Amino acid sequence: MSDSQTLLSIANLRKQFRITADSWCGGGGQVVSAINDVSLEIRKGESFCLVGESGCGKSTLARTVMGLETPTSGTIAYGGTRIDDMNDGARLPYRRRMQMIFQNPYASLNPRMTISQTLEEPLRFHQPGLSDSQVRDKVVTVMESVGNNTSWLSRFPHEFSGGQRQRISIARALMVDPEFVVADEPISALDVSIQAQVLNVMMDARNERDLTYLFITHDLSVVEHFGTRVAVMYLGVVCELADTRTLFAGPRHPYTQLLLSAIPKMDGSEMTHDRMQGEVPSAMQLPSGCVFHGRCPHAKAVCKTDIPALRDVAGRQVACHFAEETG
Amino acid sequence: MALLEVRNLHVEFPLGRKTLQAIHGLSFALDKGERLGIVGESGAGKSVAAFSILKLIAKPGRIAAGEVIFDGRDLAKISDEEMRQIRGNRISMIFQDPMMTLNPVLTVGTQMVECLKAHRDISDAEAKRLAIAKLREVKIPSAEERFENYPHQLSGGMRQRVVIAIALLTDPAVIIADEPTTALDVTIQAEIMGLMLDLCRDHAVALMLITHDLAVVSQVTQKICVLYAGRLAEQGPTRSIITQPKHPYTQGLIKALPQQNEPGARLFQIPGTMPTLDDVPAGCAFHPRCAFADELCRREVPEPRPIGDHRVACHHAEKVASA
Ligand SMILES: Nc1ncnc2c1ncn2[C@@H]1O[C@H](COP(=O)(O)OP(=O)(O)OP(=O)(O)O)[C@@H](O)[C@H]1O
Ligand SMILES: Nc1ncnc2c1ncn2[C@@H]1O[C@H](COP(=O)(O)OP(=O)(O)OP(=O)(O)O)[C@@H](O)[C@H]1O
Ligand SMILES: [Mg+2]
Ligand SMILES: [Mg+2]
Repeated sequence: MSDSQTLLSIANLRKQFRITADSWCGGGGQVVSAINDVSLEIRKGESFCLVGESGCGKSTLARTVMGLETPTSGTIAYGGTRIDDMNDGARLPYRRRMQMIFQNPYASLNPRMTISQTLEEPLRFHQPGLSDSQVRDKVVTVMESVGNNTSWLSRFPHEFSGGQRQRISIARALMVDPEFVVADEPISALDVSIQAQVLNVMMDARNERDLTYLFITHDLSVVEHFGTRVAVMYLGVVCELADTRTLFAGPRHPYTQLLLSAIPKMDGSEMTHDRMQGEVPSAMQLPSGCVFHGRCPHAKAVCKTDIPALRDVAGRQVACHFAEETG
Repeated sequence: MALLEVRNLHVEFPLGRKTLQAIHGLSFALDKGERLGIVGESGAGKSVAAFSILKLIAKPGRIAAGEVIFDGRDLAKISDEEMRQIRGNRISMIFQDPMMTLNPVLTVGTQMVECLKAHRDISDAEAKRLAIAKLREVKIPSAEERFENYPHQLSGGMRQRVVIAIALLTDPAVIIADEPTTALDVTIQAEIMGLMLDLCRDHAVALMLITHDLAVVSQVTQKICVLYAGRLAEQGPTRSIITQPKHPYTQGLIKALPQQNEPGARLFQIPGTMPTLDDVPAGCAFHPRCAFADELCRREVPEPRPIGDHRVACHHAEKVASA
């Protein structure tokens, strides 16, 4: 079994954005701390899910892993090799091995390129030695493997629905035989029956190609279905990290508990949900101590002063001073 | 008598030579204080149905036939002036994007006071007092300060709460909410839906909640209409629509939910896609995707008919229900 092998390793990652004085909100010289000392490892073959509320830094983490943002500090290693400080030339092979699928299927395909051109482009870039017929064969094989009709190839993106476009985006990501796929809310813009199609395509690709996923989503029922492990983020930090089953069976971090209680149930019951207290804090003025203390029903004095470390408790990792007592 | 009753509504959009039938013979009723969910996939006609109640359909779209009876009057036939007295007053609307309602250059307070004064003969001071009370009711902290804020100074969840406060200002009899929480994350969604549920109950306001999120609809509403390609597929009490769907499309929607499938297993998926409304197949619009379809389904449009306490537009609903 190779499943305990680490593929991606993030250590003490921080990412800050400096908001310049002339930006739209006029907050001259302010700093947004989008990621604050995050360390995690993704193993080969995993479907690693990242959840957390809007603005907690999920997309920033994904973009930093993909090299679309430069870390403020900390390191990212892929297959044991540090990639965050590589120059463009050295990074190139990793641009093939790591692919990204974006949230918005309407914006991520070039409207002026046919589907066939869209799929050929990355292949021609990374494997310039291939002949035209080899490229075409590959396009057809990949389209069929994700259940897309090859008659789509001569058409343009605007002729397709959101779900079809997202399946085309997945095909594009798979064209260069990646090992690792980062999917940032790939199904959030789609409705239920189409979400199922796209998730199935992603699960089939995982099984057939031995892919590793970093999957970002708001939808916890999708995490429970698709994920092997899950990291819950809050305001730039990981507050709980566990096997999916362990997490859903009994969350330990008060924020995870709140998050799971907010999942709408289908059992005919009416809304019940632990109402969040307090104001949502901002990444521009991080609270002292535990970032969750202002909204936490269990917060004590120490939570306002000391940052809790992510530590092993009850078969998972939790960043809470009182993790032993919250179970 | 029902508070709001839509009877045999037809809405169409002329498209060059063709005509797009966005709503084709839709009927439903809403009692005082009742909560109705409208579900169906993207493009099924949910928003058009809601907009046509308030006569907000973009021209050249039009109500081609049918009645919208509210308080004994047919809204499809009244003048624009009369409609303005009802819209935003007796019937309020909440959109997916709070910025459809909020004006970015006016403070929250100015907008609330203007809305009140348009429908009530009251002083500025009285309007301000009422507005702040409503902001408190939707659990906006420091309501007096927020009253002076511009929309961009509020978070997404807070903006949507302001929109709900505005919708409630005039003590409406009906609130139509079109995907009010789709743009928000789960914890904020749960807060807002919980809040709407409480407010509708406390004030006996009827709610028409449009969404494609079956889990949300199952927790908030008492009955559901499922739309498919501009027609009613199935209607019934929420609980039994979720647990005992009788239309093959409703069954497919529910089976496709991750929570209805074994973790890690392939999800059930309805084959094919919904037709575009300018090219709906003959007979039952769902027949190309349906495992039960036969000759009759390819030929004749099924009319909604009572099966138990549902109304189902399927020739084979008895067989489907027991499958
Ligand atoms: N380019 C940027 N410049 C300034 N601030 C940024 C930038 N990108 C992200 N941020 C800020 O960093 C924080 C994290 O944003 P991010 O997009 O990673 O959140 P997210 O978890 O993906 O949220 P969502 O679920 O809404 O997509 C936010 O406060 C955001 O405003
Ligand atoms: N102004 C318009 N002109 C032409 N066609 C329109 C117009 N507005 C809506 N339609 C069509 O009417 C049909 C129903 O649209 P509607 O917006 O009601 O769908 P919906 O069920 O609300 O979908 P969604 O879940 O994506 O919001 C669609 O086929 C749409 O293309
Ligand atoms: Mg994001
Ligand atoms: Mg709509």
